[in-house]
Formats: sequence, C-alpha cells, structure tokens
Amino acid sequence: MASLELRNVVKRYKSQTVLDNLSLTVADGETLVLFGPSGAGKTVLLRLVAGVIDPDEGKILIGGEDMTDLDAEFRGVGMAFQNFALFPHMTAFDNIATPLQANRSSQSAIKTGVQSVAKLLKIGHVLSHKPRALSNGQKQRTALARALVGSPPVLLLDDPLRNVDAKLRFEMRLELPRLLADRGATVVYVTQDYKEAMALGDRIAVMSQGVIKQLGTPEQIYREPANIEIARLFGDPTINLLDVKPSRDAKGIYVGLSNVQVHLAGAYETAVGRDCVIGLRPEALSFVDEGTPAAIPVTIEAETPLNEKIVTLVRTVRGREILVSRPAGTPGQTEGRAHIGVDSKSALLFDRASGDRIGSKNVVNLRSGEAA
Amino acid sequence: MEHTSLLERILRGIALTLVVIFFMFPIVWIFMMSFQTNETILRIPPQLVFKPTLANYTALITGKLTTAAGTLDIAFMRNLWNSVFLSVTSVAVALLLGVPAAYAFARHKFRGSEDIAFTLLSFRFAPALLVLLPLTLYFQKLGLANTYIGLIWVYQLICLPLILWIVRGYFEDIPADIEYAYRIAGHSWFATFRKIALPLAGPGIAAAGLLAFIFAWNNFVFALVLASADKQPVTVGALAFITSSGIQYGQISAAIVLSITPTLALALYAQRYLVEGLSLGAVKG
Repeated sequence: MASLELRNVVKRYKSQTVLDNLSLTVADGETLVLFGPSGAGKTVLLRLVAGVIDPDEGKILIGGEDMTDLDAEFRGVGMAFQNFALFPHMTAFDNIATPLQANRSSQSAIKTGVQSVAKLLKIGHVLSHKPRALSNGQKQRTALARALVGSPPVLLLDDPLRNVDAKLRFEMRLELPRLLADRGATVVYVTQDYKEAMALGDRIAVMSQGVIKQLGTPEQIYREPANIEIARLFGDPTINLLDVKPSRDAKGIYVGLSNVQVHLAGAYETAVGRDCVIGLRPEALSFVDEGTPAAIPVTIEAETPLNEKIVTLVRTVRGREILVSRPAGTPGQTEGRAHIGVDSKSALLFDRASGDRIGSKNVVNLRSGEAA
Repeated sequence: MEHTSLLERILRGIALTLVVIFFMFPIVWIFMMSFQTNETILRIPPQLVFKPTLANYTALITGKLTTAAGTLDIAFMRNLWNSVFLSVTSVAVALLLGVPAAYAFARHKFRGSEDIAFTLLSFRFAPALLVLLPLTLYFQKLGLANTYIGLIWVYQLICLPLILWIVRGYFEDIPADIEYAYRIAGHSWFATFRKIALPLAGPGIAAAGLLAFIFAWNNFVFALVLASADKQPVTVGALAFITSSGIQYGQISAAIVLSITPTLALALYAQRYLVEGLSLGAVKG
C-alpha cells in the first residue's frame, strides 16, 4: 500500500494553465474524492498520477518514491476511465486479465485472479463476451474489474459511474465504499456528483480552474463551505442564497430578512456593514407558528416530495423565492400564508464581492496547497 | 423496403442490370477476345459466336508468339512474376516503414511532424515524368538502374504516402484512453502498439495495403524508364504485343485477363474482411 503526494504540480496546455501549482497528499488507504465542474482539471490530475501525461513542473510521489519521470507501466496504479476504455477486440476476460499478463502471472493465476474479481463485481457470466456485447453497466464493471484485478496500491477512478444508468449508479454508490475499503488501496475518485462525493470520500477536494478550492471531510465541506460556489454545488435542493447587509444591535449581529431581524450565531464582526450573501440550507429552515421570534412571513408556492424529504417553495413578502425542506412524513402546511424560522447556527455568511465565507472557523481552506 | 411495389422492383432491377452491363462490357469483351484469333476479332461486323481457342494463352505461357512475320519470343510470364514480386515487396516495405511512421505521426505530435507528413504526401503531387529524368541519372550513377531494389525504392513514392496517410487516420481514430489503459495495466509502449493499436487499425492497414498494391501493380511509367526487359512488369511488357506485323489483340486480351486476375482475386478476397472490419466500427468500446 502506498500514500500519494503531489508537490507543486503545474500542467499547461499551450497558454492555458490546467493545473496551477497544485499540492495534495492522500494518505495510505484513504479515499480522496476530487469534485468539481468539468474543466476543473480533475481528469488531468488523475492522468498525471497515472503517468500518461507529464507535468510541466512539480513532483509526483507514490509511496514516498518520486515517480515523476517514470512511465505509466512502472507506476503500479490501477485506473478506471470515465468512458471505460475497454479493449474492443478482446473479451471481457482478456480485458480484465491485461494487468496480470503484464506482470507475467501464470495462466492459472490469471484465471483465478480474473474470476475472483469478476465474481466480486457480478460479471462472471459475461467474461467470454466482447465489450460491444456488454451493457453499459457490465462495461463499467469490467473496467472497474480491470483496475482492481492487480490489487494496485493506488487506484484512480475517473468518474466511473458517469455513463451508467441511475439505478446502477445508486447500487454502485452503496457497493463501492465497501469494495474499496476491502482492498485497502489508496483511492483517488473523480466525480461531478456531490452525492457520490459525500458517499465515497474520506476527504473531498473541491477543484475549480486548476486549483483546489477546499479540502476537507464531507461534513466540513457541507457545513463550512469555503465559498458560495462550493455551498451551491453541495446539497440537493440547493442552498438558498440571499443578499444581506449585516448590522449590529445590543443583541449582536443581525441580518434583515423581509424586515425581520434574524440574529446570527457566530463571529461575524467583520461583516458588519459589508455587502454579504447569506446561505441558508433548506433543512436549516422550518415552518414556525406566527408570533415566534424572528419568524419570517411567506407565501407557499409549491410543494415537491423529494425521496426522503419534502421540499416547499415559498415566496417572501419581497418576492424572493426560498426552498424549505422537512423530513418526509412530518406534517406541514401545504398552501397559503405561513411563517418560517431560521436555524441561525447553520446559517452561512459569504462576502458578496469575493464569494468567500466569512468567519471561517475550522475550515481547511486550501489555495495552492497552503492554508489560506 | 417492404413498401416498394412490384413495378418499382422490376424497374430497379432493369436499371441495375443496365449499369452492370455498361461497366462489365469492356471486361467481358476482352475476356471473349482472349479466346479468339486476330482474324475473328477483327471481323466486321463483330460476331458474338466464335470457335474458342486457347492459342493465345498457350503462346503467353510458353513464351512463343507466332505472327505472320514468324515466331517471336515474349517474356510475359516473366513480366507477370516481376509484377507480383515488385508489388508485393513494395507494399511489404511500405507497410513495414509506413505503419510505424503513421503511428508516430498520429500519436506523437513533435515539432515539424505535420510538415514531414505533408512532405511525404507531396511525393504524390510530383509528376512522375519530371522526377524520372534526374532519378534515372542518379540511379545509373548509384548502380540502382535496372535492379529490383531500385524499382522497389521508386515504388515507395507510390505506396508509402498512401499507406502513411490512410493508416494514420485509423490510428488517430483509436481513443487515446484505450492505449493509456493498456500502458497503465503495465505494458510497454511497444506492446501497446502491437497488441492494441495494430489490431484496432487492422482493417485500415489492410485497405491501405490493398490500395497500395493496386497502385503499384498498375504503375507503368517508372518501370518503363527504369527497368529493362527482364525486370519489367506486365504493364510495360504488354508493349511487346505491338509487333511489326500488327497488334496482337488476342494475346493482349489474354495478357490482360491474366494480369488482372491477381488483383481482382485479392480485392474480392479482401473485400469481405474490409467491409466487415470497416463497418463494425472496430474501435467503438
């Protein structure tokens, strides 16, 4: 097993900088999720680690050894591609067997190895098929099996669930963590799906435009996003973002929402008088009785059951639309006028100009690898 | 297709028949001429009914051409062998050089790679006759004139660019990820080239090889200038049938039938695999 480290890695294509002085350490056996919009440099980062492209600057270390100048075949990593990248002229068996053939395993060892990993991924019955005879889900599992079969110390998974249907994606999201934990490998997992990121990652690195914007546990990323962008990317339904200008009175710092003063819990002294954006997760809002302190009057516009929760779209007296969620099965008002209360402890405050979160307590905010 | 009426199908059949007759007529006529003597061929009006003779073929195979002016030695079988040898060797050399080069041009963009690739293609633009004069002089100096090696070398002007550019396209169509996956699995670049790139570009390589073979086989002017009688391919050798006592239409026809047979057979044989390979979209994962 091996840890993985990137030191000040820079990758440019022509004049465009795809990875900008990026440093990252993944501990032995840890699953790190690279999360970010397309074009953020996630795939490039994986390919640099795999060794199929070379960095312009910086070093890549696997298990403490400098692998920067080593060709892909000597790095001992396993990789599953987003588009599967199966060898179309080989059967699923031969596809999976390629890493074992490379290290000159015996025929019987290859057979045992392929069959055990195929059984694990439930593709034992299609091993004699060529890729074009496989369904997308089977292709995805074959690609995954090929990455796993050699028990590589470092596993790179490039959005492997991107091209499979929703049902399979849900199943795999449940299966994968156990599978990866059993292998004990160091995993770098790329995804654009925040649920996948939350479900699979020991830590999540949020990437954007070639830099890591925030690195932390799923909990940290969700509770204390480094900026508005990250707050928006994590969470379904998305976070409510409202323009506010915090003020101070005897009871502390407050923001005005629909002429109601909502006091904030937290150290926001620096925010007073600045143009800010308040972020309220739908589950931080709840319907309250009229007359409750700081209750905001709203009109209910629509209600949508969303799996385990019910999401209500409400409109404030100023015409701003807000999403409120509550667990499914709990009673709630479905129409007409209502009042909502804010759980001020989980409210997030961002600077409107820079988008950065204000009062970053406990936030691991990484920019170019250094704590900002 | 189920919606086509009977009339439509009949009309389509007639149209197809007309097209086939139009294109096949010269071939069929040549085939028929090859079994006739000069006298029956030159009858006016031409007749479809004749007494077939194998004299033309025996003359070609034995190498004795009997004309009104006497017996003439012809080296047709020798020419045919030359054609086979020159074309096969040229295509083999071109494949050996061109396929790795095509792979390099497709996968490794280096400074000037486009220029080099284009320069190789531009060999096809050069008018053969313009190239031939200096080439002949050089070859005489170098001792390459009238040698198989010299001819095969010159034939690379025909075969190499063709193979390089066709095969390069096929290599470019293979997703790079497939090759990356094989490298990451622990295989060297050469193993990747052999086990992944070559099989996946197989239909393209076959098509390019076949095309290059046909071009090499049909070449006339290079061989005419650079080869003497014993190295000449059939295209040049056919000139021998224009004798002092007239043009030997019967023998020419028989020679044509014999000389198109190898390419035709090769094309028909390869066609099945080509169509299969090309239409399957071999690289789709």
